[in-house]
Amino acid sequence: MSQADARLSVLKTYKLYVGGKFPRSESGRVYEVTAAKSAGGAAGRGRWLANAPRASRKDARDAVAAARKAVAGWSGATAYNRGQVLYRVAEMLQGRREQYTAEVADAEGLSKAKSAAQVDAAIDRWVWYAGWTDKVAQVAGAGNPVAGPYFNLSAPEPTGVVAVVAPQESALLGLVSVLAPVIATGNAAVVVAAEERPLPALSLAEVLATSDVPGGVVNVLSGRTAEIAPTLAAHQDVNAIDLTGADAELARELEVAAADNLKRVLRPSADPGGTDWTADPGTGRLTAFLETKTVWHPTGSLGVAGSAY
Amino acid sequence: MPRIPTAAAGPPASLADVTASDGALRRFLHGLPGVDPVGLEARAAALGTRSIKTTAKAYALDLAVSMIDLTTLEGADTPGKVRSLCAKARTPDPTDRTTPQVAAVCVYPDLAATAAGALAGSGVQVASVATAFPSGRAALEVKLADTRAALAAGADEIDMVIDRGAFLAGRYLEVYEQIRAVREAAGTARLKVIFETGELSTYDNIRRASWLGMLAGADFIKTSTGKVGVNATPANTLVLLEAVRDYRAATGVQVGVKPAGGIRTAKDAVKFLVLVNETAGDDWLDNRWFRFGASSLLNDLLMQRQKLRTGRYSGPDYVTVD
Repeated sequence: MSQADARLSVLKTYKLYVGGKFPRSESGRVYEVTAAKSAGGAAGRGRWLANAPRASRKDARDAVAAARKAVAGWSGATAYNRGQVLYRVAEMLQGRREQYTAEVADAEGLSKAKSAAQVDAAIDRWVWYAGWTDKVAQVAGAGNPVAGPYFNLSAPEPTGVVAVVAPQESALLGLVSVLAPVIATGNAAVVVAAEERPLPALSLAEVLATSDVPGGVVNVLSGRTAEIAPTLAAHQDVNAIDLTGADAELARELEVAAADNLKRVLRPSADPGGTDWTADPGTGRLTAFLETKTVWHPTGSLGVAGSAY
Repeated sequence: MPRIPTAAAGPPASLADVTASDGALRRFLHGLPGVDPVGLEARAAALGTRSIKTTAKAYALDLAVSMIDLTTLEGADTPGKVRSLCAKARTPDPTDRTTPQVAAVCVYPDLAATAAGALAGSGVQVASVATAFPSGRAALEVKLADTRAALAAGADEIDMVIDRGAFLAGRYLEVYEQIRAVREAAGTARLKVIFETGELSTYDNIRRASWLGMLAGADFIKTSTGKVGVNATPANTLVLLEAVRDYRAATGVQVGVKPAGGIRTAKDAVKFLVLVNETAGDDWLDNRWFRFGASSLLNDLLMQRQKLRTGRYSGPDYVTVD
């Protein structure tokens, strides 16, 4: 064996992403993440990949506090600016395509070619949503005809802090497909990464941290979904929750908890085969976490000569 | 009104001679044991690691709420803002009537009358800053007039600032005489003496100021105005707590402590209560002897109370933001 072969490679410590920082779990706990059963690779199937942090309810609380702080700045930024920031995220993703290809291959047990296709689709999906930031108001908003001397305008506004239970099966493309629409419209997100496949999500945080997304706009927690999600669903300061990655039983429990402060809830797909993340997503997820603000404004055309109507 | 044996009478007989002259006072204050800053900060930090949970936490949160001097000291204060603060002081959490009232509302003298009107009959005290707060840089006559105006407006408690310039220049007797004069002007009102610890530069100075204030008749010694970079910290509050403990041991007179400024979370407040219990003792765990000068702290305490009651994390939508 040559001298070069004897080198020990440096292992990566995966960490949470909260408020633009990379903390360990407050609890100090980690859990083992292994490759998918069908994954290839030198050491074979089910091999150890990394220890991921196992977030506690206090990590969830901290993440919500960080997200709440970020809402004003992010939702107040111009839609154009948010779009530019999201394009930048796609650029950073593109630059680390090889890394994500390897991570997705391990996580989902795909061949290199299929994994690369997933990563490419995730990057394209991100670009697609980036383009929507300054167009969603034209689709979801309206100038309403009313019987009176008023301009009546409906404009979509972000819901606020959105908890996202990321899809369990699709570690990157599925994650991007649920996360990008939430933040494109100006919400702040607290993401619970796929329980068995959290590594692509934790790596995505590194891209977000280096691409002008303000700290706290996206927060990524890894760990037991059934432990973290109920805290988020019951949290009074979370405005909406996306249950995509919760199984039927957990989703029901979370929806009950979310009802107490009238959270907006996006139910998981009823399709037993799960969602096809490669399909055209449509605007459903973009408009799921928007509130409509309607403004009545006098036209000013009511004068001594009578109404212009 | 019967007076507790502090204050107006001046220093107790055992310490009467230390204020006889500038030289005697300096010898006494510089003769106090020096503070070991490393040990002090380590002690304060160690006491901050105590884990206070469940029923003890519920008790601590309620106690902390009852110890708050709900404060607004801004140039932009209006009568409307003071009235809304007073409403909050009377009923901190309208969704839970078991929440205790705060101890006092702390305002500028010109708004003391507004506060007194809004708090009439509630049991919540009106505290007013005085003596050219926050700098304390005015002639003694002006400071006394400021104090009398606050009392005339209905203040129950006076928060005065010491002249840090005189203190740092070593003119201890001058500072002492000023506090004495305000003490006399304040009459039966409780007098809190603010040292502005962030400007005193050493822990030794904070200890000297504490003794100076107590000798001159303070009912409370208070860390800060909240207007400088460094306000109440666990370490400087620990110095004050040691001083009141030692003063009672030496003279039998109990003096209160009020950390002010920079205490924003329930967790911080509980740490201070641990400091009080472990340093001065549980005689001080009462809003007659310990106060928090704070504004945003109350909201965090209320959110923590809601969390304990319901098991779900609360948010700023569920408390009044002032």
